[in-house]
Amino acid sequence: MDLLEFQARDLFERFGVPVLPGRVATTVDEALEGYEGLGGGTVVVKAQVRVGGRGKAGGVKLAKSASEVAEVAGQILGMDIKGHTVETVMLSPAAEIADEYYFSILLDRAANGYLAMCSLEGGVEIEQLAEERPEALAKVQIDPAVGIDEATATEILRQAGFEEKDHAKIGLVLRKLWHAFIESDATLVEVNPLVRTGSGYILALDGKVTLDDNAEFRHSDWARYHETAGNVDLEKQARELDLNYVKLDGSVGIIGNGAGLVMSTLDVVAAAGEDLPGQPKPANFLDIGGGASAQVMANGLRIIMSDPQVKSVFVNVFGGITACNEVAHGIVTALEMLGDEAQLPIVVRLDGNSVEVGKAILAEADHPLITVKSTMDEAARTAAQLASKGN
Amino acid sequence: MAIFIDEYSRVIVQGMTGREGRKHTQRMIMSGTRVVGGVTPGKGGESVLFEEDPVPVFNSVAEAMDATRANVSVIFVPPKFAKAAVLEAVEAGIELVVVITEGIPVHDTVEFVAAAKAGGKTRIIGPNCPGLISPGRSNVGIIPAHISGSGRIGLVSKSGTLTYQMMFELRDHGFSTAVGIGGDPVVGTKHIDVLQAFEHDPDTDVIVMIGEIGGDAEERAAAYIQEHISKPVIGYVAGFTAPPGRTMGHAGAIITGSAGTAAAKKEALEAAGVRVGETPSQTAQLVRDTIAELRTRR
Repeated sequence: MDLLEFQARDLFERFGVPVLPGRVATTVDEALEGYEGLGGGTVVVKAQVRVGGRGKAGGVKLAKSASEVAEVAGQILGMDIKGHTVETVMLSPAAEIADEYYFSILLDRAANGYLAMCSLEGGVEIEQLAEERPEALAKVQIDPAVGIDEATATEILRQAGFEEKDHAKIGLVLRKLWHAFIESDATLVEVNPLVRTGSGYILALDGKVTLDDNAEFRHSDWARYHETAGNVDLEKQARELDLNYVKLDGSVGIIGNGAGLVMSTLDVVAAAGEDLPGQPKPANFLDIGGGASAQVMANGLRIIMSDPQVKSVFVNVFGGITACNEVAHGIVTALEMLGDEAQLPIVVRLDGNSVEVGKAILAEADHPLITVKSTMDEAARTAAQLASKGN
Repeated sequence: MAIFIDEYSRVIVQGMTGREGRKHTQRMIMSGTRVVGGVTPGKGGESVLFEEDPVPVFNSVAEAMDATRANVSVIFVPPKFAKAAVLEAVEAGIELVVVITEGIPVHDTVEFVAAAKAGGKTRIIGPNCPGLISPGRSNVGIIPAHISGSGRIGLVSKSGTLTYQMMFELRDHGFSTAVGIGGDPVVGTKHIDVLQAFEHDPDTDVIVMIGEIGGDAEERAAAYIQEHISKPVIGYVAGFTAPPGRTMGHAGAIITGSAGTAAAKKEALEAAGVRVGETPSQTAQLVRDTIAELRTRR
C-alpha cells in the first residue's frame, strides 16, 4: 500500500523525523483555513497523488496570499495527473532550500535484506540519476540484525560524499527514518528531497512510503489509509468482498485460482486476442484462491460483469486441493444467484482433481451462457473470439 | 535421490492440530510422507489420529526432534505466529523448514531467513509456497500427490497452481522433485539454490523453471544457468500483460519502474540458452522435445 505525501509526512513526524508543518484540504475553503492555520506567508500547494511527475503536470504551485491560495487550490483540486484525479492538496510553508539530497531505504530481495541509497544530488528523478551517474548514488546493504545504527549511518553518508561535519546531524535523521521504516512495516521509505535550509536545518521535504499489506494485522491504524486508496470503484467493491482483483483495460473478464495461473491466463488470453478484430485483451486479474465456493464465484462474476468493458468471461481453474466438482457447482449456483444480472458468455476450463464430475455437472446444467473447453489455450481462444464478436 | 526430501525424510508438522494443519497432514500421510510428529505448544503428550494411526504431538520442535529424529518441519501456523514458529525450528537446528503460511510480514521473513543463514544448519523453503514433492517418496506441503508420478524432470516455481498445471501437462513423464519456492519478495530458497540441487541430482535429467514478474531472481538464475548448469533448462514466465505498479496476487509479483518485467526475464533466460515457452502447454511441449532429443543423443 502506497501512502500519499501527507500521510508519509505524518508518519515521519511520529518518528521524530524533521518535517514542515502541513495542512490538508479537499476543497478551496479548507485550503484557505489551512493557509490561516499556517499563519499565512508564502506556501506551497501540492497535489496528493500516487504518481510521480506531479510538478511537471502543474500539481505543485506557490501561493503568497489567501487569494492566490484560493486560485491555485482551485486549479489543482480535480486536476487529472496521469489518470489520477487530485482529490486532496497539502499546504506547507515554502522552505528556503540551500541543498537537496536523496535518501531511501528499501527491501533488497536478492540479498534477503535491506538496502539504503543516498546521494548529495537530490530533488531529481532517482532512476535517471542511477542510470546516468551511478557513482553519485551510494548503495549500502543494511544488516537486518543491526539496522541503521550510528556507524552504519556514518558509512552511508561517507559513501555518498557528505562532509564529515555533517555526519552526526544528518545521520540522526537517517536513523529516525530507519525506525520509521522497520517499526511501521514499510517496504520503502524514500525522502526526495532531504534538504538543508538556509539556516542549516535538515528537513524531509517530500516522502514516499510503501507499507507491507501483510503486516496490517499489527497496525490497527492502517484502516484509515484504505479510504484514500481509491483506484477504481470496481476495485473498492472487490476489496469489500475480499476478492483479489485488479482492474485492467480489456474486454475478457478473467477468473482463476492461484496468482501464477491467473497471471498466465491473462497472457494466454492477450496472445489469443492479438490477431482478432478489436484485439480483445484481459479485463482484469481475479484470483479466487482455493475453495471456490458458490458465494465467492458469484461475487467474482458480479464484479466482472458489472465492468461495462467486459464482453466475455473466462473461468480457468486447476483443481489441486480444490475439487472441480465444487467449482462447477459454484459456477452453476452463482449463475442462479445472479439471475438476469448474468448476461455475458462464460467459457470454462477445468482440469485436475475430480474434473470428470465437474464437467458432468456443467453438462447437466446445460446453461446457455456456459461453454466448456478442455484446454487452457483453446478456452482462451474461444473467450477472446466471443469478446471480439461482442464489440 | 531427488532433492531436499525423499523416502527417508522424517517430517514434523508445526500447527498440526489446527484445521489446515490436520487436513494437509492427512493428505501428506496418504501420499506416503513419514509424518513422525506434530508441534503445538501446550498440547504436548496428546496425539492426533490419522486413519488408525496416532501421530504424537510435542510442545516444541526440539522435543519433537529428540523423540522422533525428525529432520524436516512443515509450518501451517497463522501469519501472526509464523515468525516464532520458524525461529524455533531454526534454533532447534532442523535441516529443512517448509513455510506454507501466506501473508507473513516481510520484515518477519527477513528476520527468520537471516537467522537460518546465521545458524548455518537450516534451509528454509517459502514462505507463501505450496511446498515440495518427490512423487512416490515424500510430499511436504500442499501439492496434490495425484497430479503426477515420479520421473526425471525437476521443477522449480514461484507459483502453486502453475506448478500443478505444469505437473499435469507432463504427468506422462513424471518428476524427480517439484519445488514451489513461494511468491513473496523474500524467500528462503531461490531459483538458483534449486537449480544447483537439480544439477547435482542423478535422478534429474531436465529442469523446468517457472518464473513470474517482480524482482530479478529469474535474471540472476539465467546468469547462473549459463555458468553452472549443464542439464537442459526450459523456462516459462507469467505476467507479460501485468501493468507496472500493481501487485498481481503474490506480494512479490509487482513491476517497479522498469525492473521485473516478464519480457526482460524471458530475454535474459533466452540469452542464457534457456528455451522459454509462451504458454504452459507450449512449455510442456518444449520439455517433451528436449527429452526426445536427450534420448536420441544417448
